[in-house]
Amino acid sequence: MTQLSTLLGATAALALAAGAAVASPAVIFDLGGKFDRSFNESAFNGAERWREETGQSYAEFELTAEPQREQAIRRFAEQGHDPVIMVGFMSATPLEQIAPDYPETTFVIVDAVVDQPNVRSVVFNEHEGSYLVGMLAAMASETGTVGFVGGMDIPLIRKFACGYAQGVKAVNPDATVLVNFTGTTPAAWNDPARGSELTLAQISQGADVVYAAAGGTGVGVLQTAADRGILSIGVDSNQNYLHPGQVLTSMIKRVDNAVYEAMAGGEGLETGVQVMGVANDGVGWALDEHNEALITEEMRAAVTEAEEKIASGELQVHDYMTDETCPALTF
Amino acid sequence: MDRMPRWADVLLVPALSLLLAGAISALVILAIGENPWQALTIMVTGALGSTYGWGYTLYYATNFIFTGLAVALAIHARLFNIGAEGQAAIGGLGVALAMLHLPWPHWSLALLGAMVASALFGAAWALIPAILQAKRGSHIVITTIMFNFIAAALLNYLLVGPLKPPGTMETATARFPPETHLPDFRQMFSWGDTVLFRGTPANITFFVALLACVAVWFLVWRTRLGYEIRAFGLSEPAARYAGIGATRIITVTMLLSGALAGLMAINNTLGEAERLILNAVEGAGFIGIAVALMGRAHPLGVFLAAILFGALYQGGAELALWTSIPREMVVVIQALVILFTGALDNMVRMPVERLFARRRARAALSPPGPTLHPPGRAAAPSDPGKPAE
Repeated sequence: MTQLSTLLGATAALALAAGAAVASPAVIFDLGGKFDRSFNESAFNGAERWREETGQSYAEFELTAEPQREQAIRRFAEQGHDPVIMVGFMSATPLEQIAPDYPETTFVIVDAVVDQPNVRSVVFNEHEGSYLVGMLAAMASETGTVGFVGGMDIPLIRKFACGYAQGVKAVNPDATVLVNFTGTTPAAWNDPARGSELTLAQISQGADVVYAAAGGTGVGVLQTAADRGILSIGVDSNQNYLHPGQVLTSMIKRVDNAVYEAMAGGEGLETGVQVMGVANDGVGWALDEHNEALITEEMRAAVTEAEEKIASGELQVHDYMTDETCPALTF
Repeated sequence: MDRMPRWADVLLVPALSLLLAGAISALVILAIGENPWQALTIMVTGALGSTYGWGYTLYYATNFIFTGLAVALAIHARLFNIGAEGQAAIGGLGVALAMLHLPWPHWSLALLGAMVASALFGAAWALIPAILQAKRGSHIVITTIMFNFIAAALLNYLLVGPLKPPGTMETATARFPPETHLPDFRQMFSWGDTVLFRGTPANITFFVALLACVAVWFLVWRTRLGYEIRAFGLSEPAARYAGIGATRIITVTMLLSGALAGLMAINNTLGEAERLILNAVEGAGFIGIAVALMGRAHPLGVFLAAILFGALYQGGAELALWTSIPREMVVVIQALVILFTGALDNMVRMPVERLFARRRARAALSPPGPTLHPPGRAAAPSDPGKPAE
């Protein structure tokens, strides 16, 4: 018993020591886990880049249940971590309530807006990036039919689909955009077999370019597209290398940059809403040695022009989230 | 009458199973280069060493009590309700609709309203599988699993579309009005400057869960319906012969089971999140199966097993927060406990039973005074204490 209490005491002391350490950042990954090959992994990569460059350490936690959102945010704030970074829109409501309890701590949330003075909210214009890859898809398509495979049917993914459809229609108003979602449970983010099935179904309907915005499920989409000799489009990070010469491009969402910048900003981080769009390289399309043969001079010129127009505000891509409708698509 | 004394059945076998699970977990933790003793200490103190830990442990346990009771009640009628997950999700829908669309002047009324709504919705979700089983013989395991997916699809549709406040990204309903918020343990048990259970999600629903335990015990062992359910579960032909209607028992049992699962929604939806979140059940329906099996389908056993699993959940979170043990490893530890206490129950039970049977045989064969009879296995068949069930 004495031995046990000593041990417990030691753990408590350890805990206190950790709390008293110099403020270091903390990252809270969402339910997908930091190795989801997509959104969370991108955040993880940003954090790792910061760690390698500065040689400092950071605390991290991967959520496994909803109540842990509040638990992890409070724990990191109480331990003195600063900033406390969380990725994923589902943390918005918990953070909204918790942030005022820790006015000295700066919180960063990626993919949602939390209106508190000590919160930096980073949101991405995924519809703009999707618009650009939609244009490329329409120009690369010979059949006039292109596909979209989403993960779970949630508003965020509809935002991707809506931007994509607008880009397609901007190039070819008569084009058909096939939209399928993988499922209705979080398992839809990691179901390559089902992604593969949906891709086959879209191919049978004439699609010859398929855009996957489906986390781990996208691996199956890209694989099937490559096997069947059609083109695919990756998402979040640059996935061109997965099947060189068969991935048309990737819609890049620089979650890693958002996390890296938040960590580099340290304790005096600027708060408020930070919109990452085409204008500030927050989203974009990937061009590298793996897909340069697929992108013609004409395609490149058209997309570059659209990028400039979006950046200058001349071209407004409709955001599904503003009114939950899409001019180019019905869900 | 039994092969072994009651205490061995209820305490010894689960304890041995836990020890085995712990031993293998320790090996796994050793294999990834961490200290198992330290991990155990963090898990135990994190889950049970403070009111903070208890606040989370009891919150998770409340979920598991409801789903565990739901599965346990169905087991008494020899029905395997795998659908607690979907029934709890639909129960959450009932809570959300009631909280958002009806005026509630006080939380106590809201709690009663939520109990009725969640139980009704949960029961309704169990009704179709029950009727299919009773009238058509469609296996309840298959149909309830299917209904889990239908529930997920329905909630997905509602929370992406009609029930979601416009303009938000979160797949959740609006927050329930403040009058409906249930008192949590911090408000209930803190006085003066002493703040207990700070920032934890445990709330008054825990006591509803305790009431549910008592109610299920009373129903199963003290009422006519409970007797019929148990008789039906022991032998359907005998029950029929005694005039117990199969259709009625199957339907009523599944309705009650679904209602119990639905009640879980008071805890996670009204008590904790104060809004309906997509995928709010998070597997508690499936943990309920392990809880019911480990608890031998008895409410007291379910209660104890639910506390254990609640502690595992909270301890696992602490482990992930304090060490570099990845969360997958925490899942492995939890899975080992489920495996040993639920699925591999007989692996421990049978040797223990044999041990007791042998001891009894020896006692029976050797009357007071020295004897030369060897206590061999051959004595076992003549054992008058053969189990009746």
